[in-house]
Amino acid sequence: MAVVETEELTYTYSIGTPFEKTAVDHVTLSLRDGGITGVMGHTGSGKSTLIQHFNGLIRPTSGRVLLDGKDIWEDKKNIRDVRFRVGLVFQYPEYQLFEETVYDDIAFGPKNMGLDESEIKRRIMDTANDIGLPEELMKRSPFELSGGQKRRVAIAGVMAMEPELLILDEPTAGLDPAGRDMILEHIKNYHRRTKNTILIVSHSMEDIAGFADSILVMNKGRLFCYDDTVNVFARLEELTRIGLDVPQITKVFDSLKHHGIDFGKQVYTVEYAKKLILQRLAEKEGL
Amino acid sequence: MLRDITIGQYFPGESIIHRLDPRFKIVLTILFIVMVFTGDKFICLSVGAVFTVLVILLSGIKIKMFLKTLKSLLPLMLLTVLLNLFFIKSGDVLWQWKFLKITSEGVDISIFMIVRISLLLMGTSVLTYTTSPITLTDAVERLLSPLKKLRFPVHELAMMMSIALRFIPTLIEETDKIISAQKARGAEIDSGSFMARAKNLISILVPLFVSSFRRADELATAMECRCYNGGAGRTRLRQLRSAPRDYIALAVTLIFLAAAIVLNIM
Repeated sequence: MAVVETEELTYTYSIGTPFEKTAVDHVTLSLRDGGITGVMGHTGSGKSTLIQHFNGLIRPTSGRVLLDGKDIWEDKKNIRDVRFRVGLVFQYPEYQLFEETVYDDIAFGPKNMGLDESEIKRRIMDTANDIGLPEELMKRSPFELSGGQKRRVAIAGVMAMEPELLILDEPTAGLDPAGRDMILEHIKNYHRRTKNTILIVSHSMEDIAGFADSILVMNKGRLFCYDDTVNVFARLEELTRIGLDVPQITKVFDSLKHHGIDFGKQVYTVEYAKKLILQRLAEKEGL
Repeated sequence: MLRDITIGQYFPGESIIHRLDPRFKIVLTILFIVMVFTGDKFICLSVGAVFTVLVILLSGIKIKMFLKTLKSLLPLMLLTVLLNLFFIKSGDVLWQWKFLKITSEGVDISIFMIVRISLLLMGTSVLTYTTSPITLTDAVERLLSPLKKLRFPVHELAMMMSIALRFIPTLIEETDKIISAQKARGAEIDSGSFMARAKNLISILVPLFVSSFRRADELATAMECRCYNGGAGRTRLRQLRSAPRDYIALAVTLIFLAAAIVLNIM
């Protein structure tokens, strides 16, 4: 498994011009292994810049990025291997499609890894299965597909590399609610099959709440907090102050608490809320 | 990487150079080019150099930005030097090896060319550094408007220019993104063998073309939605007006130009 850490990671854009800006400011963290982590932060909080450091697309201005304890920039020649171990899916990844067929496009990454033909085929089939791409689409041109299908092909292109850490930058941006749930479900499929670590950037608290087991919050280039989902959403007031929202259901339960109805638990998914309420009702019936 | 391109970049500011009428700035730039190319003696070039330094100081833009522009065209300058150094055969021979020969005149001319190209680049950069692309195309449209009588499509040309300029940063950003995305999939773009790089170029060019067409399409629709149908009858939000300072700038430039010409004849 890949252990990714950063030490005093700092990145400044356009040094020496009037547009100079420090996007990531002395961030030290160690990513949790094996789970699903949500990355949250206001627009311009530095989350996109931060995640591009994890696979060596951006070289830090100062500080280090460590993979299994080794500085990834120690030997520049190995940076490609870092990218095979840490996969990154950009925002709107469908704009990166270029091959003649869906199959070839998904195969681009695995081929660059130098895998043999049968292994590539195995990976593509497994990924296609995870992400819900039927066999008959494989020979079609990716440009003929619908928006949602294109998105899935593009995500599959990185998943098929089976990176130990998969990072997705807003994979649900611009999709309708049904498409959003579907993509998240597909990512879960992949997680269940490979057990690889997943990092998912999202603006939607609802998405992250039901999905991630820990949350990393960035604010103005600094690491605001990195903790279990329950503990992060417990800091409702602080999150609101830095311009973030908590799931609506959490707010409902918070205001219930202020009205004297305390469930004694942090609630951030509707399912859990339902369970708690039913439990409470059952207790009452029992009395 | 691509972010470092500074040619054609605009740095907002309030300096005297920023506030000059863009039409005058274009004319002054042309005069400046004439000034730099008019003589073949170092003394005339020094007039251009003084002028360049003066304008750069007045513009209030960091010298560093100009040096960055020079850096981006270093290969071109090196080529010029090499050609001049080895192909000019007149003058005293300073160094010789088989058929290669460096002469004193070759050295002189190489230095002269380097200075000339540098001045040209820095001086003309002032125009784009201190004028927003939109104002610049406005000015071009106005300057060329006499050609309308000859049925020359001035407005269309200016519109095409402003669209092109407007999309340079967008396309750079987009290219940057696509390169990053393909790199994340293990494409070798700034490393690896020449063949591998050439092959990987396809993975960048195809998405770039696709998105350019998409953007063009969207822009055309947006323009049509706002009832754009050419230049006839269109009025402007920003009217270009010349002020006394524009004529002063013109006079100063003309004096420098005259000085360069006179020094060359003398």
